Amino acid sequence: MVLQMTGIKKVFPGVVALDGVDFRLAPGEIHALMGENGAGKSTLIKVLTGVYDIDGGEIELGGEKVRFTGPLQAQQAGISTVYQEVNLCPNLSVAENIYIGREPRRFGRIQWSEMRKRAKRSLARLDLDIDVSAQLDSFSLAIQQMVAIARAVDLQAKVLILDEPTSSLDKDEVDQLFAIMHRLKDQNTAILFVSHFLDQVYEIADRMTVLRNGKLIGEYRTADLPQMQLVSKMIGKELEALEKIEEQTREVPVRGEPLIRATNLGRTGAIAPFDLTIHAGEVVGLAGLLGSGRTELARLLFGADRPDSGELTIDGKPARLSSPRDAMTKGIAFSSENRRTEGIIGELTVRENIILAMQAERGWTRPIPRRRQDELVDRYVKALQIRPADPERLVRDLSGGNQQKVLLARWLITEPRLLIIDEPTRGIDVGAKAEIQRLVAQLADGGMAVLFVSAELEEVLRLSHKIEVLRDRRLVEELTNGDDVDADRIMQTIAGGVTP
Amino acid sequence: MTNLIRHRLFWPIAVLVVLLASNLVFSDNFFTITLQDGHLYGSLIDVLRRSAPLVLVALGMTLVIATGGIDLSVGSVMAISGALACLLIGDLSNPDSTTKVLLVVGAAIVLCLVFGLWNGFLVAVLGIQPIIATLILMVAGRGVAQLITGGQILNVHSSPYRVIGAGYFLSVPVSFLIAAAAVALTVALTRRTALGLLLESVGGSPTASRLAGIRARRITIMVYVFAAAFAGVAGLIYSSDVSSADSNAAGNLIELNAILAVVLGGTALTGGRFSIAGSVLGAVIITTLDITAVSVGVPVETTLLFKAVVVIILCLAQSATFRAKVFGRFAAKRTVTA
Repeated sequence: MVLQMTGIKKVFPGVVALDGVDFRLAPGEIHALMGENGAGKSTLIKVLTGVYDIDGGEIELGGEKVRFTGPLQAQQAGISTVYQEVNLCPNLSVAENIYIGREPRRFGRIQWSEMRKRAKRSLARLDLDIDVSAQLDSFSLAIQQMVAIARAVDLQAKVLILDEPTSSLDKDEVDQLFAIMHRLKDQNTAILFVSHFLDQVYEIADRMTVLRNGKLIGEYRTADLPQMQLVSKMIGKELEALEKIEEQTREVPVRGEPLIRATNLGRTGAIAPFDLTIHAGEVVGLAGLLGSGRTELARLLFGADRPDSGELTIDGKPARLSSPRDAMTKGIAFSSENRRTEGIIGELTVRENIILAMQAERGWTRPIPRRRQDELVDRYVKALQIRPADPERLVRDLSGGNQQKVLLARWLITEPRLLIIDEPTRGIDVGAKAEIQRLVAQLADGGMAVLFVSAELEEVLRLSHKIEVLRDRRLVEELTNGDDVDADRIMQTIAGGVTP
Repeated sequence: MTNLIRHRLFWPIAVLVVLLASNLVFSDNFFTITLQDGHLYGSLIDVLRRSAPLVLVALGMTLVIATGGIDLSVGSVMAISGALACLLIGDLSNPDSTTKVLLVVGAAIVLCLVFGLWNGFLVAVLGIQPIIATLILMVAGRGVAQLITGGQILNVHSSPYRVIGAGYFLSVPVSFLIAAAAVALTVALTRRTALGLLLESVGGSPTASRLAGIRARRITIMVYVFAAAFAGVAGLIYSSDVSSADSNAAGNLIELNAILAVVLGGTALTGGRFSIAGSVLGAVIITTLDITAVSVGVPVETTLLFKAVVVIILCLAQSATFRAKVFGRFAAKRTVTA
């Protein structure tokens, strides 16, 4: 074993995040760390990378007892990490990002050309050929992720930790990443892999360790643990929840005047002019690859960006949405895919985050009475099972899935007529995913129109009455959901196989 | 005990107590408050009276900083408001008429509101970085004040005007009452309405706030107007206290003291969560520090250095990282021995 963690304990005020967890990692293996949000995966990783000190237990690395007091020490000991959200400096060049903190130097001066050459070489190992002197944020999120991996790999790591590396990658890029992981594995690197995509875990992991509520559930060989059993170990109960939704037959809502109708609406460079109608009680799914214009379309309907062509009518009346606020007064809500930067306000409490949109709509002079706030927040914390169920906790301390629920609650209390949700289930666990899907179905049954944006086709298929398929920033096809529509059919359109 | 130390106001209060206590050592009658001619006298009263302008400026600065901005122009706005007031009073046929003086005060504050709007416009509408946007008025404002006074120090003799900075009401200094009222107004404005929450939201994440439907632009303009108005009142207090308008001395470097007060009070310069009580404490600490330097007998030429040292100590005490480094080591040793 290259890494052996025994009886790890980590306590935060009021929470035991890790309770006597054992974890071991062999050289040349890909080991998946599994668990729901808040199970302790992130904490375990942060302990391993020296971000947190432990309150109990032992860490042995290469047979020696270690205790890290900072990320740098862990790095020097041979533990490299690529975090869930790209953790680089967007304003520096690609080469600088790869070599920051360990630039090739001569007489104390940085050798820029040498650095660029090395950067080029290390990216070439990942089959990536980009301009390494260009600023990092001029590239897509997927490329940035690859750069982060290049940096980690280049540190000559004994242990490489990949925390949700695939959540912003498309299929080809995932394959590319897996190829790299296999190569590293052959070079005897131990890889710790965290992902919410079970298929990916089963495709690549040799073994897995399952955590639940900060406790170790067990260590298994992937081959010995069927997918359904894994999920029930993760959530601690059988998986009826997910299946129930699948059985549910979705009734097509009564037609009539659409709630919202976009005609030739478009914005240069973001999304080509498109036509779209959404009726009350209807769930419209937006399918397409990352960067196909899904988010851009949604933002136009919310007034977050202004269209430069076409018209929008709401209830048959022409409407101009020049700001999110305009859209909100028309009863439209939008929950962004970028939870952290465009959704939650981390330093505010759960309560404050939930009432924020409602309060904004009322204006600052009419505060929501505290009792009413507590009522609303209480109801939604319960209904959406936000955990921990403490409205006065800072939102940034919650796990990703719970932050997502807070955002949903924020919009639901404004009682919107059209709810636009962009990737609400990305990076969150199976249990929470099922809850959110069920909620969307319920809301639509209650007469709310929903525009559901997701990269997961199964999810879109399960929930939508109508599916809009996007490709290359263009709405290419509208499919009415039915027996003849399945994931393959949508994939074909996305891939450009079917002429609309 | 730990909860007490964790409270965000613990360290500012502790420092203030230590400062006041050290005064007791050096001057016996520091805490003596006497009643002379119906006025309260004593060093403590002095602290309250002399804190007033800084408290006012720090209040505005707190709100600006909460939005993630900064206002460097407050000192210049102080100078402008004092200059305009003294100029207008000098032109009055009867400078002792209370109504007329009140009109003059109103005019000076309205002018400050206009300058606040200007700052807000630059920051919120044109999108100029706050530090640059307000730097413009910081530099230009002194020039405007000099233009108003004709480049001279304007002396005025007006008993109603003098009340603002040097008068007493029910034995209590009027300037203190003004500052107290301003604190009450700010607390009411931010915590009794939703303004505080929206401010913190905008400061915490402007993008997320916009997508939550908050009109960040209006709120931003509002805080700069607010800061300028309070700076204007501070300018009036200052100029009334000395019965003159000195365009160079009025509010000189007060923007730095105000920023310091806000930071000492526990509001982060990056915006978001703010503490009005903290900023008020910060302002009182800084004033006490100035007075302590005199009462302890720190030589005039080293006063600034003395102040700097105390500020560094306070900042270190407030830093969780620093405390963890110093005290964490003890704690670690203790667990080992146990």
